[in-house]
Amino acid sequence: MQLNYPYIFAAILIMALVTYLPRMLPLVLFRKKIQNTFIRSFLGYVPYAVLAAMTFPAILSSTSLIISAVAGLIVALILSYFGKGLLTVALSATAAVWIVEQFIRLI
Amino acid sequence: MNQNLSVGPALSFRKGLRDGIPICLGYISVSFAFGMMAVESGLPVWVAVLISMTNVTSSGQVAGTTLMMAGGSLLEIGITTFVINIRYMLMSLSLSQKLDSRMSLFFRLTLSHGNTDEIFAVAMQQRGKIPAPYLGGLILLPYIGWALGTFLGAAMTEILSVSLRSALGIAIYGMFLAIIIPPSRKSRPILITVLLAAFISCAFSYLPVLNRLSGGWVIIICAVLAAGFAAWKFPMKDPEEETVCS
Repeated sequence: MQLNYPYIFAAILIMALVTYLPRMLPLVLFRKKIQNTFIRSFLGYVPYAVLAAMTFPAILSSTSLIISAVAGLIVALILSYFGKGLLTVALSATAAVWIVEQFIRLI
Repeated sequence: MNQNLSVGPALSFRKGLRDGIPICLGYISVSFAFGMMAVESGLPVWVAVLISMTNVTSSGQVAGTTLMMAGGSLLEIGITTFVINIRYMLMSLSLSQKLDSRMSLFFRLTLSHGNTDEIFAVAMQQRGKIPAPYLGGLILLPYIGWALGTFLGAAMTEILSVSLRSALGIAIYGMFLAIIIPPSRKSRPILITVLLAAFISCAFSYLPVLNRLSGGWVIIICAVLAAGFAAWKFPMKDPEEETVCS
């Protein structure tokens, strides 16, 4: 595949900057807490909203078959509901997808 | 050192290194999935590692890389990544109250690069003010793990069979679920945020007209609407405890 390196480096530089600046600026400039409850709460909820939006519905098209993706999703939901760690949940979902896909290949 | 405040072991570089080991192990596995995803989408191994070393953030760099490989505009990539990362402002703000006030500008500039969700969570649990050696030690191994995991994931993708690669495609989403489900169980506002964001995201994916909008803007709209609604209906009382993502 032909890659457009100037574009890729520009994109990576921009990504790095907008990741670094929110981390660096408060640590260097501000010593006071945000007083506005709405802004504070909004920033607090953002990670959950982002991760949920990134997961759904993308997870359903993350494997070669939608059925195997659904199996993986169910396994991941159950295990994370019971508080299993990131690695356990990820590998179990992967195993579920693999098993379902092998099974479908047989029939 | 703040002798007057420290009750537990001193916050030394060594203690930082030790506290960083579990984070490092977790990062190797998460960044492994990122490395695979990056190579699958057509990037060379070294570019995947470069992204990890310059970004050091899971959701932000996954979204940014996805958009980049889909040929999104630089503005879209920048705004999306920024929106995903604005939570770090809040974390760095909280962390700034906890740092040893004598920490130099140099350390503030460099160590802030490693202020991830997990580093923040562990640092905020310590007693007393945090000195630069501890924070540096805490960040060092997870940072190396983040780069190493990316390299391993990216380099091993070509060795893995097609069926295994298909199965591993779900891994990163499994991790995202493991981050958002446990707090959703404990906190109703977080559950509502998650459900609302997932619902809006699905609507933008499946409904006609709406599905023409590209992924980055969808994430921004979901984040602003769902987090905005939650912040309006359920203002957080203690931001330091509730913003910790995982």
